[in-house]
Amino acid sequence: MRLTFEVNGVRQEADDVWPGESLLYVLRERMGLPGTKNACEQGECGSCSVYLDGALVCACLVAAPQAQGRTVRTVEGLAGADGGLDPIQQAFLDTGAVQCGFCTPGLIVTTHDLLERNPAPADVEIREALAGNLCRCTGYEKILDAVRLAADRKAGR
Amino acid sequence: MDFLYARSWDEALAAKADRPDAVPISGGTDLMVDINFDRRRPAALLDLNGIDELTAWERVDGHLRIGAAVPYTRIIAELGGLVPGLAIASRTVGSPQIRNRGTLAGNLATASPAGDALPPLVVADASVEIASTRGARTVAVPDFFLGPKRSVLEPDELIRAVLVPIADGPEQFAKVGTRNAMVISVCSFALALHPDRRRVAGCIGSAGPTVLPTPDAEQFLEGELAERGLWESRGELDDAVATRFGELAGAHARPIDDVRGTADYRRHAVGVLARRTLRWTWDEYRGGHR
Repeated sequence: MRLTFEVNGVRQEADDVWPGESLLYVLRERMGLPGTKNACEQGECGSCSVYLDGALVCACLVAAPQAQGRTVRTVEGLAGADGGLDPIQQAFLDTGAVQCGFCTPGLIVTTHDLLERNPAPADVEIREALAGNLCRCTGYEKILDAVRLAADRKAGR
Repeated sequence: MDFLYARSWDEALAAKADRPDAVPISGGTDLMVDINFDRRRPAALLDLNGIDELTAWERVDGHLRIGAAVPYTRIIAELGGLVPGLAIASRTVGSPQIRNRGTLAGNLATASPAGDALPPLVVADASVEIASTRGARTVAVPDFFLGPKRSVLEPDELIRAVLVPIADGPEQFAKVGTRNAMVISVCSFALALHPDRRRVAGCIGSAGPTVLPTPDAEQFLEGELAERGLWESRGELDDAVATRFGELAGAHARPIDDVRGTADYRRHAVGVLARRTLRWTWDEYRGGHR
């Protein structure tokens, strides 16, 4: 089937989509957007976190045809039009929150969602918000530092 | 595989009648896992995301009528004051990503004994609104399940809404898992006090083929509360009564050994959760909740 939906402000089309394909597969393999990572394919790891109509979701658990006519925002859509990094991306770099980097896109999108809803989260709120994103390098302390730094910078502190 | 879109409830019912082999999909948090791992290959998917009425809830005569596609995130944010037990359980489901998509109707239709929302629905006396082109029917939640992963849903039927009475007393939910998030429960327990009716309701999750009500424990506690006049006095509950309640609740468990825990552990843990949730709800009642 043919699918048409908006990704990062751009209308995208995909042809010959098998109806059981996930949104994740279509983004990565048919639309050339590999920033969203594929790891567990069962909603456990958060590597494929994207916005679907403004809600944070695991792209692996959305049937691609469910995105028809809707709006998707991926990690590629967070950076500014001039290529400048989002403050969250910059904070991950500055705090050394990136080890192997595989979980990073998902964590950045999830952090983005958290700070949109709660600009000054307490540590327990950060932990709850990131509970669905796994880092197997076990570098969570730096990730928490990155979220705190990003929150401070966005608030102009 | 075919993909069917429905833009209205009537369209959805017509599609399901025409294609009883179509599997409804809303949040996809259970179904897509099976499809991704090729454990299930439905002949068709029927998307319910385009039906606005399914994403709404309303108050009707002391009940909440929660549309089939309302996600857990909204139950937590919007309904916590009206159905606290369900909101507490909803908050233990998966992660923010899962709670943004997963629904009560999906939890019901999947019919896993480990469905976190199911015990609180049982103790709140909730029921399921089911429909097909042949008509509509309402089934009490405990009667909805036939066994693990099996429900009374006929091939042409869809869940339209879940009817949950607004809480008339304290409600609690607790679950055991290996971490604080992203866990399928090893076992769980929901408890509701219904002071107006002098009733106590308990329900076990994840320690039997379906969720299991705990009538012996309820009867014992109702007897003790009546005999000691505790509903009226809002007096302290003896440790011995709470402990006995836990033991009787645990005896209702019908657990198995599996990767998440042994049957013995589950039976014991259910008793502990029952005792704790009784303590929490009773303290709340003593503190003046209605």
